Amino acid sequence: MKRRKLLQTIALASGSMLLPVGCNSWVAKEVSGINNRKRLVTIFLRGAIDGLNVVVPHQDSGYYEARPTIAVPYPGEKGGAIDLDGFFGLHPGLKDILPLWKEKSLAFIHNSGSPNPTRSHFDAQDYMESGTPGVKSTADGWMNRLLFSLPQDRPTQAINVGNTTPKILQGKMAVANLTPGKNSTRPIAIDRPRVSAAFDLMYAGQDSLSKAYQEGTKARGIILEELNQEMMSANGNAGSVNKFVDDAGEVAQLMVSDARTQLAFMEVGGWDTHIGQKATFKRSLPNLGKGLATLAKGLGSLYSDTVIVVISEFGRTVKENGNGGTDHGHGNVMWLLGGGINGGKIYHQWQGLGESELYQGRDLPVQIDFRNAIAEIMKQHLSISNRDLAYIFPKYKLAKSLNLLS
Amino acid sequence: MKRSLQNWLIIFLSTAVLWLGLLPYNQAIAKENQDKALHYISRLSFGVRPGQIQEVQNSGVESYLQAQLNPESIPESPILKQRLGQLDSLNKTPIDLLKSFQKYDIKRQPNNGRNLLETEKKELIKKRAKFRSSVRQQAQKAHLLYGLLSERQLQEVMVDFWFNHFNVFLNKKVIPFWIADYENDIRSHALGNFRDLLGLTAHHPAMLVYLDNDLNVAPNKKRKGPLKGINENYARELMELHTLGVDGGYTQQDVIALAKIFTGWSWSVDRKGGLGDENSFRFFPQRHDYSDKIFLGQTIPGTGIEEGEKALDILASHPETAKFISYKLAQYFVADEPPASLVNRLASKFESSDGNIKTVLDTLFHSPEFNDPKYYQNKFTTPYQYLLATLRASNIKNPNIKRLKGMLAQLSMPIYGCATPDGYQNTQEAWLNPEGMLKRVSFANTIANGGLSNKKTVNAKQLRATLGNQFSPNTKNAIAKSPPRLHSSLILGSPEMMSR
Repeated sequence: MKRRKLLQTIALASGSMLLPVGCNSWVAKEVSGINNRKRLVTIFLRGAIDGLNVVVPHQDSGYYEARPTIAVPYPGEKGGAIDLDGFFGLHPGLKDILPLWKEKSLAFIHNSGSPNPTRSHFDAQDYMESGTPGVKSTADGWMNRLLFSLPQDRPTQAINVGNTTPKILQGKMAVANLTPGKNSTRPIAIDRPRVSAAFDLMYAGQDSLSKAYQEGTKARGIILEELNQEMMSANGNAGSVNKFVDDAGEVAQLMVSDARTQLAFMEVGGWDTHIGQKATFKRSLPNLGKGLATLAKGLGSLYSDTVIVVISEFGRTVKENGNGGTDHGHGNVMWLLGGGINGGKIYHQWQGLGESELYQGRDLPVQIDFRNAIAEIMKQHLSISNRDLAYIFPKYKLAKSLNLLS
Repeated sequence: MKRSLQNWLIIFLSTAVLWLGLLPYNQAIAKENQDKALHYISRLSFGVRPGQIQEVQNSGVESYLQAQLNPESIPESPILKQRLGQLDSLNKTPIDLLKSFQKYDIKRQPNNGRNLLETEKKELIKKRAKFRSSVRQQAQKAHLLYGLLSERQLQEVMVDFWFNHFNVFLNKKVIPFWIADYENDIRSHALGNFRDLLGLTAHHPAMLVYLDNDLNVAPNKKRKGPLKGINENYARELMELHTLGVDGGYTQQDVIALAKIFTGWSWSVDRKGGLGDENSFRFFPQRHDYSDKIFLGQTIPGTGIEEGEKALDILASHPETAKFISYKLAQYFVADEPPASLVNRLASKFESSDGNIKTVLDTLFHSPEFNDPKYYQNKFTTPYQYLLATLRASNIKNPNIKRLKGMLAQLSMPIYGCATPDGYQNTQEAWLNPEGMLKRVSFANTIANGGLSNKKTVNAKQLRATLGNQFSPNTKNAIAKSPPRLHSSLILGSPEMMSR
């Protein structure tokens, strides 16, 4: 807190002419970060998506043995996987993100996830969002702590698509909410000039309630202004029935219009496929793929300054169950997108699907901690110092770099 | 004669002068009494209702306080009873609810449900979800009705306090079927004895499920299924959050010992292998770790279920527990950072009364700290407290529950929706944020315009009469300068309404 205040004061006092001071190289680095608007978008797939059917090990015979009815067929067969690297393939429902793979800005990390063994959605999501697996009492989320560690000068630095602030963004830093679906600019009472004029008068002071109110109206103003401009200029996009695709477009627009929105969080539910997984994937994956492609396209040139991370609380059982579905498992696949990603690659230490290779004889093991990838992105992409990293992921020891960023 | 007239005149004049001189003094006394009444009402309840400031002033705050400390002395609201009576799942036992739910389980169909068509399975899943959601909604509705309508307001305030202290989360596993029962158990001990409260939560299926103690068993290689060994979840939170507090001086070894002590504490609703007690609690001797344990320096011989009771005794009577609970009570009722003098006084009262909650609260409400005007209206409300206070002040007794729940969710405080075991906080730091402020004033406007009361708008004149003379010059000025049709919105959205 004090450090940031100090930095802001220094920056204000000396304008942009700040010179590195002594050995405090971080001073120079953080100030230069103000012009270096890197973005991070986190997308949480709630319900535990079955990563094995997203990035399919089509050359592992164990895969087809374990999943007689729900396996994604070999590449080339009807409804088959789209081959990625000769061993793994992509679910055909995700063909919209294939161009990103080809231009090497899309990567996957297989056998990744949270080291905590829980198979409870609620606990696992909580741990992944707090960034402290196994510690339930953490009150805030890692994205909020990350926001705190970024230089700040305008209220909408982090945006949440949703009605309630999810754990990952909870904490002491203010976060702007974008109502999901087509309603993000749906008026609330305070948007009406008469109502806001009256409350502006009531909350004009310097007390803490007034200050919070004033920050809120500023943030709301920015969101409304920028999204309304977008709607006027880009009506061609109308008619999409998919909420996630719309939301992705809005997030891209907000980020592009330089509202200093450095962080964004979105979530897509419905992946808890205990039964009839094939049909669910056929229906839902294309929307997810389209949304991601829309986000990448909408970001335009900013895509090269953006990293998009897609995570889910845990993976699912290697074997299919008796209902054409899968049950709660352990290891999963993380998805990474963005111009700076060392993509066209699947990061993994594949050991096969034999029972002895699996976690508790049934699930993919977690070989790469999700924090490993995210910490690397924060460090290299967002220029977060080791000291701040220790604050964002307390008690996490940084593992060897995966070279995720080019 | 002339002289006596003169005398009378002197007497009359001096009386008049005296009386006129006392007028401001009398007004000040009146204001002081009103502020004090308002202070008591706003801390001991979910908000002042029409006419109440005058009522409490007439009867005296002491009489109001004693009635609230003895809820059984107050007849419960007939409207509340009638509304609760309409909630069918509230009138069923948790076991009945769970059994009804299980009827829709695919695996419980003939031949494990293998003969079912895909469409039949989907139909079952749909019905199952619908049933669960209806039980959930009725429990949430009951919770809101109690807070809004109960005449035993302090009891409800303490339900809020203890529920968050012993928090469970609605959306985990089978908790929806137990949550109303859990809250009712808390309600009946909310002003009782701490050890009883601790004991009921330790035995309750909602807590056993929420903190995974039903998975906490002595390791046994022969056993199949999910019961693999010790689960420390409950043991840790029992000390960190329910009793000693995180700095209460326990070690990881104590956590492990306590987890072993609670092995086998679970619940059961199946006839197979025997039912649990009337509340479905069941001790499974074969899952218990019978080794001797050293817990907080005391040796507890491995005898079975008695070990857990002994551990709860130790924890409930521990001086750190007295301190921790006293701190939380003082924070809830006096200030976000409560004065140490008060916390210490409450802690010794807690110890000397063996955790009698009513006695501790009586001490708190009579303390000079609680009665110090500098603490009046200095607690920022939680979204739940705020919305209930606006409804009570506006005399909205039958609000649109669905919308009200939606507002709470949008303010990040869905009912029973705190996923972490520490429960919802009640400090300004936790709840004051830009997004929240905009939503609060917007909802104030919605409520003033009848958004929760079937379009019946809230009358500003009545609102003023209800709330009394508590508004700052700044608030009054902002209201005076605004069009009359916004006055109710502004009163409900004022800083005074957001504080208690």
